[in-house]
Amino acid sequence: MADLSIDFCGIKSPNPFWLASAPPANSGPQIMRAFDAGWGGAVWKTLGDPVTNVTSRFWANDYGNMRMMGLNNIELITDRPLEVNLKEMYEVKKRYPKHTIIASLMVETRENWKEIIKRAEDTGADGLELNFGCPHGMCERGMGSAVGQEPKVLEEITRWAMEYAKTPVIIKLTPNTGDINEPGEAAAKGGAPAISLINTVKSLLGVDLDRFVPNPRVGNQSTNGGYCGPAVKPIALFMMSQLAKNPQTKHMAISGIGGISNWRDAAEFISLGATSVQVCTAVMHYGYRIVEDMIEGLSDYLDSKGMKSVNELRGKAIGAYAEWGDLDLNYNLKARINPDSCIGCNLCHVACMDGAHQCILIPGRTHEEHVKAGHTHIPENIPMVPVKAAGAVGRHLPVIDDVECVGCNLCHLVCPVPGTIEMVEVPGTIGHAETWNDRVAQGRDINPGSMESTLKKRGLTS
Amino acid sequence: MHPLPVLPDGRLEQRFSESKPAYSAAEAVTEANRCLYCVDAPCIKACPTSIDIPNFIHKISTGNTTGAARTILKENILGASCARVCPVEVLCAGACVYNAWGREPIAIGRLQRFATEETLENRTMASLMPAKKPPTGKKIALIGAGPASIAAAGLLALEGHQAVIFERKSIPGGLNSLGIAPYKQSGNQALEEMQWVMGLGDVQLMTEVSVVAGQAGMGEVSAEALLKDFDAVFLGMGLGADSKLKAPGEDGEGVYGAVELIEKIKSDPKMTLEGVKRALVIGGGNTAIDIAHELKLLGVADVAMVYRRGVESMSGYVHELAYARKHGVRLIENRVVAEFERDGGKLLGVKLARAENGKAMTGHEEHVACELVALAIGQATATTIAKGFTGVELDKHGNITVDPKTQRTGNKKVWSGGDCVNGGKEVVNAVQEAKIAVRDMLISLGAK
Ligand SMILES: Cc1cc2nc3c(=O)[nH]c(=O)nc-3n(C[C@H](O)[C@H](O)[C@H](O)COP(=O)(O)OP(=O)(O)OC[C@H]3O[C@@H](n4cnc5c(N)ncnc54)[C@H](O)[C@@H]3O)c2cc1C
Ligand SMILES: Cc1cc2nc3c(=O)[nH]c(=O)nc-3n(C[C@H](O)[C@H](O)[C@H](O)COP(=O)(O)O)c2cc1C
Ligand code: SF4
Ligand code: SF4
Ligand code: SF4
Repeated sequence: MADLSIDFCGIKSPNPFWLASAPPANSGPQIMRAFDAGWGGAVWKTLGDPVTNVTSRFWANDYGNMRMMGLNNIELITDRPLEVNLKEMYEVKKRYPKHTIIASLMVETRENWKEIIKRAEDTGADGLELNFGCPHGMCERGMGSAVGQEPKVLEEITRWAMEYAKTPVIIKLTPNTGDINEPGEAAAKGGAPAISLINTVKSLLGVDLDRFVPNPRVGNQSTNGGYCGPAVKPIALFMMSQLAKNPQTKHMAISGIGGISNWRDAAEFISLGATSVQVCTAVMHYGYRIVEDMIEGLSDYLDSKGMKSVNELRGKAIGAYAEWGDLDLNYNLKARINPDSCIGCNLCHVACMDGAHQCILIPGRTHEEHVKAGHTHIPENIPMVPVKAAGAVGRHLPVIDDVECVGCNLCHLVCPVPGTIEMVEVPGTIGHAETWNDRVAQGRDINPGSMESTLKKRGLTS
Repeated sequence: MHPLPVLPDGRLEQRFSESKPAYSAAEAVTEANRCLYCVDAPCIKACPTSIDIPNFIHKISTGNTTGAARTILKENILGASCARVCPVEVLCAGACVYNAWGREPIAIGRLQRFATEETLENRTMASLMPAKKPPTGKKIALIGAGPASIAAAGLLALEGHQAVIFERKSIPGGLNSLGIAPYKQSGNQALEEMQWVMGLGDVQLMTEVSVVAGQAGMGEVSAEALLKDFDAVFLGMGLGADSKLKAPGEDGEGVYGAVELIEKIKSDPKMTLEGVKRALVIGGGNTAIDIAHELKLLGVADVAMVYRRGVESMSGYVHELAYARKHGVRLIENRVVAEFERDGGKLLGVKLARAENGKAMTGHEEHVACELVALAIGQATATTIAKGFTGVELDKHGNITVDPKTQRTGNKKVWSGGDCVNGGKEVVNAVQEAKIAVRDMLISLGAK
């Protein structure tokens, strides 16, 4: 069994699975139950001056049969007295010395930071997470994402924290910024050894169409909140990997957050540079118990790849995350339909017709019917292959026209039967590897946004 | 370890196709994603072995199929067989919350089949179970190589004990390899699973050895010898031969016990149904439904079940009966067999008498022609040998008496489980009773 233990900038943790600072890490009794279930660490619900929360607080984005594909909240930081949280933090750390406890903090003045850092560290917490991410309620008070969006302020507060803290400081970043590199670099300049991201994405979840009030509703009003859950995972992966690649930030340990629900999601974050991962929404949905599958699934996966430790996985996919201009223009794919599993729904056909390159034909139609359907190139031979699946009577496999197929993946993505449409590599049309950057360097292509191209468009030369 | 026998080709069983075929990965993941991942789930409570169903299904949904198999095998070492043969409609799936919503319950059996088969085809059972304990030097004898004994043997082996199974037949597996309807599971599938269990090591199988109450002859071993030579004994004899009607003309060609006939369909390449166009099955239980359905699927033109009461009193499962009837099995209700009609030795048919409340009425007899009759009116017990173990007691039905909390018999060294205790339930009950027995044996044997 692969070793799942990690060293997060000096913080040892039995596994990379931590609860994010949020309701699942609201209190000591909850966190102890989570540790018993297998979680390796917890970032305590953000401490600061206790707030008053509103009712209601959450709304979700359901999609088809999927409940809570995305979750939106307008909750603030902890509403429990600081003393209570600190006392419980001390108790939990004493009872679970091997597990990781991180104190998440959010206060205003330098004096406040100095004081709360000392008090948090006195509990025995293993590290601190500075919450510069909350996108609602706190930013109006000059905290949370108000800090995260101001690199200068972020750097300054990071410096203060580094001055006062004895334990590692993690800067939690907001995704609500134009370029994540800016706050990331500011955290590095401030001297922080670690970052965590993402906090929630600013959102307005939907509207109650009878009352004309957005959701979640507080009386006859609502407000924008923070979006999280499976829907935000791609945003989180992108932002996190930006910082994992950035030469000025990549030395920092990363705790990846955003839409992580199972071992696969976790493995993806780790392969893009995370040392630990944090989870909120999936636990809010299904409970602490999901960690059993996360631990087992990750461990089996590492075994299957011959990796002895989770550390071998870390960053494995970063190298392959390139700039667009470095992608090989000669690489070529064509869609292939597996006759054994296709059920004959023709969703691939309609997606390709109206959303891609009109190259999936329904066999059995006349030439005229193909033309009417919108095909511009009609192959000579359109074989009628019956769909094999039991119960598919009189259905035939759609036919891919290789001449028109650009290998975009769309049909592969819409097909309801996973694994039925495969994308297979075929020889490229250029004949050798070539990137757009190669072309620009050789003067055969231009950079559309560059001065050179602007001048050329206006008929000038430099 | 010797490989177990593989059933020869040419069996009638091989002509069946599966009623619930194996899921592909895509099908399994799609179905798994439909499961609500309930808490304090009713499906778990309805599983006699208490498999953590939401947990294993959740693992399938994340692609953690190996983990799903672990979760299943942890509670049910014969989880692969159970996945195929359990009447899920009246167990786990029958309790699924989707029923309460008027929607199709989760296909728990098929998901369980996917997880166990996918995993065990590529990995040893040992790699999915808790690490085997060091040898204890203790030896346990198990009588009968049916699911009860196999499950118990596997669990004992994991605890470092040595298990020796005695089986009177040449083919092990009990009714799990020789009795299950072929459209659910083939004999070879059951034997393959047994091979996985034996792969744990320390499980020894002695076939064609009968355990007897008195003096042991050739191919026999006495109860007394087992008590002397082993640290504990587990009785898993199952049930005995098919019961007979004791009606005139019953003995002779064309009339079979249902379990006997199913065994031939499943294991005897010489068995044929040539010349059989009409078959009657006597009985209204699950064995009757199974054999009627099997005969129909094997191409017998007219198959009718003769039952002494009305359909509502039949003890067989409603879903199984509906499925058999869908394939053309007929019902003849409120009739009993008065006599078997023969021409010389040849079976011509049966004389049926009208019955009221299950009792024959005189003067309403009719002749029904057929070439084959299968008797499915129950099985005798196989527990006479139990008398060879002092202290072991039988109840008035001939079932072995145990303390249900421990499955221990009146003899301190003897435990029992499966059909010979419960009078004939399902494979999954045999597994659970074996589990309880082993748990108690471990205490008794001084488990470390
Ligand atoms: C026709 C039929 C269909 C069934 N279908 C299903 C189904 O679909 N699903 C389901 O879950 N269950 C089904 N069952 C029930 C299931 O098969 C039994 O509940 C289960 O096999 C019981 O296991 P067991 O180990 O107690 O006994 P058995 O499976 O009966 O095994 C007992 C073994 O002990 C051997 N034995 C007996 N006496 C001695 C002796 N003195 N010495 C040595 N060996 C001995 C026997 O030869 C036999 O191999 C079916 C049963 C029948 C009859
Ligand atoms: C109800 C709720 C409350 C949250 N409160 C906090 C908080 O107090 N401090 C903080 O740093 N992040 C907070 N978050 C953000 C989470 O820690 C996490 O960054 C975010 O939810 C993304 O992870 P997920 O997709 O796993 O939910 C909160 C999120 C939710 C849903
Ligand atoms: S989840 Fe619990 S706290 Fe929230 S509304 Fe429902 S009952 Fe109340
Ligand atoms: S979308 Fe998939 S299943 Fe549907 S027709 Fe196309 S290949 Fe077949
Ligand atoms: S009751 Fe049904 S939906 Fe709920 S966990 Fe069990 S199988 Fe899944």
